[in-house]
Amino acid sequence: MSEPITFKRHLRMNTPEKADFFDQTAQGVLSQPLDRPEGKLKVTGTASYADDVHPPETAYGWFVRAPIAKGWVTGLNTAELRAMPGVLAVIRDDRMIMHPAQGQQGKSPPQGPSEVFYAGQPVALVVAETFEQARDAAQAARPELIDRSDKAALKLPLDDYETPKSKQAAQGDLDKAMTEAAFAVDQVYETPSMSHSAMEPHAAVAWWDDGKLTVRGSYQMLKTNVAELADALGISARKVRILAPYVGGGFGGKLGISHEAVGAAIAAQRLGRPVAIALHRRNVYEATHRRSESRQRIRLAAGADGRLAGIGHEAWVSSMFGDSFSEPVTQASPFTYAGENRVIGHHVARLNLTAPGSMRAPGEAIGVPIVELAMDELAQAAGLDPVELRLRNIPDEDPSTGKPFSSNRLEDCLRQGAERFGWADRPEPGARREGEWLIGMGMASAVRVNTLEPSEAAIILLPDGTARVETDMTDIGTGSYAILTQIAAEALGLPVERVTTVLGDSDLPPSSGSGGSFGAASSGSSVLLAAQALRAQLAERMGCDADEMTLKDGQAIAGNRTRALPDLLAGDTLRGEGAIDPGATSQTVRQATWGAQFAEVAVSTVTGEVQLRRLAATFACGRILNPKTARSQCIGGMIFGIGSALTEHVAHDPRDGHFVNRDLAEYHVPANLDVPKIDIAFLPDRDAHANPMQAKGIGELACCGTAGAIVNAIANATGKRFREFPVTLDKVLAALG
Amino acid sequence: MDITLTINGERRTLPLEDPRVTLLDALRQHLDLPGTKKGCDHGQCGACTVMLNGRRINACLTLAVMHQGDEITTIEGLGTPEALSPLQAAFIRHDGFQCGYCTPGQIVSATAMLAEFREGWPSNVSNDLSAPRLDDEEIRERMSGNLCRCSCYPNIVDAIRETAESVA
Repeated sequence: MSEPITFKRHLRMNTPEKADFFDQTAQGVLSQPLDRPEGKLKVTGTASYADDVHPPETAYGWFVRAPIAKGWVTGLNTAELRAMPGVLAVIRDDRMIMHPAQGQQGKSPPQGPSEVFYAGQPVALVVAETFEQARDAAQAARPELIDRSDKAALKLPLDDYETPKSKQAAQGDLDKAMTEAAFAVDQVYETPSMSHSAMEPHAAVAWWDDGKLTVRGSYQMLKTNVAELADALGISARKVRILAPYVGGGFGGKLGISHEAVGAAIAAQRLGRPVAIALHRRNVYEATHRRSESRQRIRLAAGADGRLAGIGHEAWVSSMFGDSFSEPVTQASPFTYAGENRVIGHHVARLNLTAPGSMRAPGEAIGVPIVELAMDELAQAAGLDPVELRLRNIPDEDPSTGKPFSSNRLEDCLRQGAERFGWADRPEPGARREGEWLIGMGMASAVRVNTLEPSEAAIILLPDGTARVETDMTDIGTGSYAILTQIAAEALGLPVERVTTVLGDSDLPPSSGSGGSFGAASSGSSVLLAAQALRAQLAERMGCDADEMTLKDGQAIAGNRTRALPDLLAGDTLRGEGAIDPGATSQTVRQATWGAQFAEVAVSTVTGEVQLRRLAATFACGRILNPKTARSQCIGGMIFGIGSALTEHVAHDPRDGHFVNRDLAEYHVPANLDVPKIDIAFLPDRDAHANPMQAKGIGELACCGTAGAIVNAIANATGKRFREFPVTLDKVLAALG
Repeated sequence: MDITLTINGERRTLPLEDPRVTLLDALRQHLDLPGTKKGCDHGQCGACTVMLNGRRINACLTLAVMHQGDEITTIEGLGTPEALSPLQAAFIRHDGFQCGYCTPGQIVSATAMLAEFREGWPSNVSNDLSAPRLDDEEIRERMSGNLCRCSCYPNIVDAIRETAESVA
């Protein structure tokens, strides 16, 4: 291959992209329901996940867990373990991390194997010749402990929560608005600790070669993961390479490096051979992240016509000691509904529990459904249809800042969604019964902030007219392989078969990574920019301006001239490099994605069981890059909402805080039979402020609101209110009396 | 000790030094068949589903040493990227997966499930125990041992229904 000639294009998103580039392209592959290009590998078991490939001589690691909520580990029966069959090392190293890094942290979490902050914290690593030997020895470990669990903070009185100044906001006089309201709601709601529960446990296989570390890992954001791992190990980031071509689910649980990456790297360095650590499922539950539990107080003050004069949303959540992350529960409440009087509150408890972190739509996933429960209560109090109440309260601009919305499609989503679902057939509360089953319908708005992150990509256009997309972006099931292939194919006028997309290698150009629903928009924009850099060069070779040239089916067309790409390339290899950065459009407007969700449930008066009959949602989230993968993201998000509404609940032991239901039999993620028909509709939508593709995030929006629609449907079915998630049988039976 | 078993139609000898090795780890680590996935190692998620003498089982719940002479079918035995089984092709068409980690287990499980159905096995949701119909609820019930956190369940059901109809 000839040395590539490089062309670059960079865009800082300072102004809206009024000209829609993809309206001008001719290939017709973008926004088509392309099958996933990597699908054949996934359905045949040939896609290789982190722990699927072990280099020769790989040894196996297993962590020793702290059996206490708080205290110190002062020693270990190391000699005894070391003498067990196959044991190669028993490691307690100052570089071991105490809990995983947060998303985009870019530096090591707190380190050390001695101080214990939560039950289940890894405090030593046993490495052996085989998996079975490592497991056996680790289970024979007896840490010497100073147990201060009696001093552990497992639950705090509300007065002891921290109230960070930067996370409070108020405008007007909410108390007065509440007093003067024709209809008001003032209620407290609770959501439990939850867990990502990705099907692939966190895993890392590490080896060193000439002072350089390579890790096959299961991570979402390689750029910052490299920085985190290098910082933890005290080495240069240039010495670290992470490979994550396939990631078996993330949902935020693999945003930052976790114990296994650091442990495997330390062990591989010490032993001079590769070391693999796949966390056992109970380690995943106990020692990686969880979603914080929340207590939420909602106040709504409405006039006689249902128009809101005031909104209060205060949240109490927990966080790890010293950690700056706390679930941003109220994130969408400053701008979702109108109301001149507003209070936003955020309170944080530092608890000796598994560290909270980002889980799919941190903030809105639990904040929006709760606001939507309160809105349902207000609708009932005001004698208004719940859809109508929302329609009356859609603001013209962000009511907290006065900034315009880049796009607000909530009204369209509500109206079209209601029509599509058959909302007009909603029964009066508690009025529809089929035998033992009470039938009800509920709805909720869905909203999630939309963001852009810095991202880079390269496209290598080979002399034969095929292209290879390269970026360190990950595909955690989100469809990155599909959409990046489509974006490059569309922009370069190539059939998708002539585009290969290579992801998940930190040696490739650094991307946004997968998280916060910004992955497709950010990495996709960088691929588009790389393609535009190539288009400019191809136009030059055609002797025309780029906008006078059409690229289609591997040919460049300008005026009456048509040339095949291999001819135009004349043996050259071209490398287009694209880079996107967020700019002023992140500040000058309020960007969000919108939706309306609907549920029909049947509630058994005998067992208290809730059966979902159907779910439906209408979403507006910019240009849809691939309706097939987009729909799957939405289905998945909504089923996350089913779990949140009905089944998912981390039980923390009240004595030591340990994660009691730390496996997939006891932490109830929805199973196939729990899931009804799901109807998804996307509104045709564009957002010129978002990015040059005018696409926005999807996967998280879908889980913001679903639980609200389901629990409101239960209220409609039973005539009873449920203010604590999940709505399990015991709660339903108690309410039905 | 050596265990001899037939895997995907091929006789394989597994030198086994440790009786604690599960069938799952034997496949993944000793027989170079990592297509079968480990999600929980406790028989709770179904990611490790393989067929043992034609019946679907969780490979994590059984020890390799127990399978002298047995016939095992893994995802690698159902099809290849170049020659997909009908179910594998249907999973791609219907987007019956996202991250893909549970997918080998789903497809092996569905393959065996359809065979069970053809043999007339009823399920917990069958109205007629002697002649169950493979409607969506039957598929959902019979596939509920395979968890999918990306939650592609509706697409999985579509893929299986379509395959069952085209094969029937």
